Amino acid sequence: MTWQNSAITITTLLPIVGALGVLLVPRGDDRLVKGIGIAITGVCLALAIAIAATYDYSATCATPPCLQFVLNVQWIPVIGARYHVGIDGISMPLYILTFLLGFLCAVYTGRYVPEPGRIKAFVALTLLLITGMAGTFVAFDLILFFVFWELVLVPMYFLIGVWGSANRQYASIKFFLYTLLGSVFMLLGFLALYFSGPVDALGKHTFDLTALTAFGAGGGYTHLFQLVVFGAIALGFAVKVPMWPFHTWLPDAHTEAPTIGSVLLAGVMLKMGTYGFVRIALPVLPQGAVAYAPWIGGLAAIAIVYAALACLAQKDLKRLIAFSSVGHMGFVMLGIATLTTIGIQAAIFGMVAHGVITGMLFFCVGSIYDRYHTRQIADIGGGMAEIMPKLSGIFAFVAIASLGLPGLAGFWGEVMALLGAFSPNTSTVAGLNVGLFRAFMIAGGIGTILTAGYFLWMLQRVNMGLAPERWRDHGLRDILTVEWVSWVPLLVLILVLGLIPSIVLNSTEQGVNLIVKIFGG
Amino acid sequence: MVGVLGAEGAPAAASSAGWFVEHAWLIGLLPFISAGLALFFGKRTPGGGPVYGIAAIGAGSVMALGVAWHFVQGGGPYEKYVEWFRIGSLHMQLGSYVDGLTAVMLIVVTFVSLMVQVYSLGYMHGDVRYTWYFVVLSLFTGAMLDVVLAGNLFQLLVGWEVMGICSYLLIGHWYEDPANSGAAIKAFLTTRIGDVPFMFGIFALIFATGMTTSNIQVIGQTVAGGHVSLLLVTTAALLLFGGTIGKSAQFPLYVWLPDAMAGPTPVSALIHAATMVAAGVYLVARMFQVFVSADPIALHVVAIIGAITLLLAAFLALVQDDIKKVLAYSTISQLAYMVAALGVGSDGYPAAMFHLFTHAFFKALLFLGAGSVIHAAHTNNMSEMGGLRKDMKVTFWTFAIGAAALAGVPPFSGFFSKDELILAAKDSHTYWLAVVLLVGAILTAFYTTRMILLTFFGDYRGHAHAHESPRVMTVPLILLAGATCVVGLLGFAPLGAPFLDWVYFGGEPIPAVFSPLVAILSIVAVTVGIWTGYIVYRRWRTPDPLTRLGPAYDLLEHKYYLDDLYWNGIVRPIRDPIAAGVYWTNQHVIDGVVNGTATLAYALSALVAWFDRNVIDGVVNGAGSAMELFGRGLRTIQTGKVQWYAVGLFAGVILLTVFIIRP
Repeated sequence: MTWQNSAITITTLLPIVGALGVLLVPRGDDRLVKGIGIAITGVCLALAIAIAATYDYSATCATPPCLQFVLNVQWIPVIGARYHVGIDGISMPLYILTFLLGFLCAVYTGRYVPEPGRIKAFVALTLLLITGMAGTFVAFDLILFFVFWELVLVPMYFLIGVWGSANRQYASIKFFLYTLLGSVFMLLGFLALYFSGPVDALGKHTFDLTALTAFGAGGGYTHLFQLVVFGAIALGFAVKVPMWPFHTWLPDAHTEAPTIGSVLLAGVMLKMGTYGFVRIALPVLPQGAVAYAPWIGGLAAIAIVYAALACLAQKDLKRLIAFSSVGHMGFVMLGIATLTTIGIQAAIFGMVAHGVITGMLFFCVGSIYDRYHTRQIADIGGGMAEIMPKLSGIFAFVAIASLGLPGLAGFWGEVMALLGAFSPNTSTVAGLNVGLFRAFMIAGGIGTILTAGYFLWMLQRVNMGLAPERWRDHGLRDILTVEWVSWVPLLVLILVLGLIPSIVLNSTEQGVNLIVKIFGG
Repeated sequence: MVGVLGAEGAPAAASSAGWFVEHAWLIGLLPFISAGLALFFGKRTPGGGPVYGIAAIGAGSVMALGVAWHFVQGGGPYEKYVEWFRIGSLHMQLGSYVDGLTAVMLIVVTFVSLMVQVYSLGYMHGDVRYTWYFVVLSLFTGAMLDVVLAGNLFQLLVGWEVMGICSYLLIGHWYEDPANSGAAIKAFLTTRIGDVPFMFGIFALIFATGMTTSNIQVIGQTVAGGHVSLLLVTTAALLLFGGTIGKSAQFPLYVWLPDAMAGPTPVSALIHAATMVAAGVYLVARMFQVFVSADPIALHVVAIIGAITLLLAAFLALVQDDIKKVLAYSTISQLAYMVAALGVGSDGYPAAMFHLFTHAFFKALLFLGAGSVIHAAHTNNMSEMGGLRKDMKVTFWTFAIGAAALAGVPPFSGFFSKDELILAAKDSHTYWLAVVLLVGAILTAFYTTRMILLTFFGDYRGHAHAHESPRVMTVPLILLAGATCVVGLLGFAPLGAPFLDWVYFGGEPIPAVFSPLVAILSIVAVTVGIWTGYIVYRRWRTPDPLTRLGPAYDLLEHKYYLDDLYWNGIVRPIRDPIAAGVYWTNQHVIDGVVNGTATLAYALSALVAWFDRNVIDGVVNGAGSAMELFGRGLRTIQTGKVQWYAVGLFAGVILLTVFIIRP
């Protein structure tokens, strides 16, 4: 075992080991449980950064994915499923984001354990969740991918269902069933890829994504097959993203989830869907992608405007942020739908930026709830800046980043997705309709105005004005140390990603170029 | 990658540009550093933190003079870039492009900002968020300097929007009052409505370069090269102008600017004189090659929007009681002068920039002077002022100089720049515009006279004890008044009009010409305006004599109902019924399908459960009962007679055989 072939496995599976360790801790030793959570996620983050640091960014490949740190061994020989993990420039930022948010959530849990406690189960499930999410980004066998993908569902179901707020039962079941429904179609699609896919010398089929990508990108699947199977796989991803109109599980899940559940849900889990499009759906089924691109772009444009309007109608702060995710993921999907380098680069940047910004927004909302014990904007009643200037200042900063202010992280993903839509892929392979995508771009532009509108209105109602009498002398504490520790990395990233977008773009460039090459870009 | 290119792509020797020009980017960077220092250490710094900003911008002003000196000596443009990031084929650079226009803007921005910062020491003394105020002020100035220095449209856009958010923060500085935070939101959203087309215009220009660059000079050369379709260039020009309409408060998006007066008065001076609103005009000037290469319709639109705004805003300035609102509408109107002049083409370009230059000084002076008055009288309303010239001598005299410049009284700066504007309209044979500009000059002189008379003459009508402001506030007034007296001469033809040698469009500066005809017309217009103003307002009368205009006055009083139209016709419907409708649809239609599916599935499963319990289980249970019955029945036939058994057996065998061998 060398660093090259073991790093990904160790990093990805370490949280499961940690989860088992947590379960062995004697009842009542909460500090140890929290400590294990922080230590394990911290080590994972350090390992992930070490992987990024030792990754060779200059290596080139002819076809995607261009993997390093590969471990590819037999797993379930009967069906040809292999344990094939590895990482490329596209997965890298998402992989790091997963462990960064995981670590920060573990730190946050050091102070905030949601009702009804039961810290051991809480930390163990969180660790399990992290493995599932991280594994999705490094699995290059469809069965392995599917296992990680589904692994995410269970801990999240319990996090919402046990530690959630009032309507948690409904939200958790809805979340579970809705995503499971999507996954069923996705699995059927994977099986179709398997049975119609390449066959090796021994006549065996394969679930290997590298092989399937080479086969699919080379036109191995028939046009009709691509139309049908892309639809099935895309449905699974679309529910996860979530794309309009498959989004209604998200506001409920977010609103009811405990704070770190929301952070991880928005920060990482939604990206599993968009990542699936970039990693699997597009390169394996390019003709399907071309056929569906205008529809995906259209749904994305609707999502942007629709979510912004829905945000304007929200009275619950957390629900407002949840709906804003639908719009932001709309920009990501619009970028992907352009099938251009600029658009897909923007999409991946947008995923990272949204993870950092919206993750941070959910931290803020969680802490606001912790003070006020209400999420209703009307009950908070304004004046937070007067009572808790630092918390409200950070909240404003992150909200402004989320509305896409240039110079902060939220900007580049959105503006470049729109630029991609101005000039979608018109090669002979893709041949997208320019007029149509410019219409989507205009819708996106209107969306940015509405987005600014609801965020500024939210700030006016929460931060500004005079604090109602009932909140004064209520002992509401401004930011605690644990909050500083778990937030500062994100706040710094919001600024740094906005000023130096190349730290993500350089990593993803080659991988995206290889994918777009399939579309003649 | 560091490139050194002249304006036309000819290499310019870097060594000859001098240290200040090569390091002009520092001018833009310093305020950001000072903002950071003030944010993190301001409260712990003696004096509360303004020292960082004042030092940074003070150093910037000195450097700006050094930069300008290069162009006074006849130096050429200088550019310097480093690679920023790469996305697809698009290479983004970070850096500065410095030419005469940049140099002039640098002086204006740093000097006015410095005056505003110093003045704010007095004006904002004891404010609840004193340190924070100076943080945002520095950030604001840094963002404007970034707009001025940027050689790349995206870099410019970053500064442009950061300025937008700073204006939001400053206008809403006293956010305890919802009116102020509302005005802040209005400013940000209204300008963003213009920024979206601006962004699309940038896209169109990047598209014109084959998705390779957003460098302004390269874009200029590309569109000038004639290989780009006229439709694309024209569309791009009009879209870019959208940004100007928002930022420079032109019709139909000017409505945010008067409301922006909710911010502290020094902020008004900064936003409405040297920064933000000037950025929109600067954008057209910086991207002028695009406008010139486009179909003439693009520049016609610019001229027409300018002319409309000029008159609409000047009329509104007539009826304001709030002294800051008078200045606000006059700002819109004066910006429209610049926009309209740009609309006549390269003749108007230097005139527009010269007016931007002079306007920045005298408008900053007027706002700060108004702030001094408000500081003393504790009201914005001129109806509660009057006679203040006696107790506020410095404020009065400096304000009078600013007002004279605004009205266009010779020899103050506004006279010279307005002259240039009218001359440009005449020279380009845009006579209708020359007439509009002259009408505007009459109106400007009229409302300026009204403002001076109501504020400083007659008897004091207020209740506060008016007093002169502290030195820290009056010194900036004096310095700005001095500049207002002097800067106009830079564009005076008999003195060589050096300004026109620094700022021009195209290969050669336009030779300075003095037109006695235009000067006379202009002086006549000013005289008519001042004289009528004096006749109407020499004595305080209530109600305002203009109310006799009847319906026209009502129209002005209601701001042409434009705000009502936007609020009741756009903002409210979207915010309330449309948003609520969308959310209702979400909950009841889209989620209705989801829940309906779930309910259906639940109902089905309930049905299945019932079926299972009552039918299938029923069959099982029923079978049990049947067996019992059957058993009872059987018991009756269990007679013990073997023959009967044999018959039964036989019959059963026959039945089974029939069943099995059934075809």
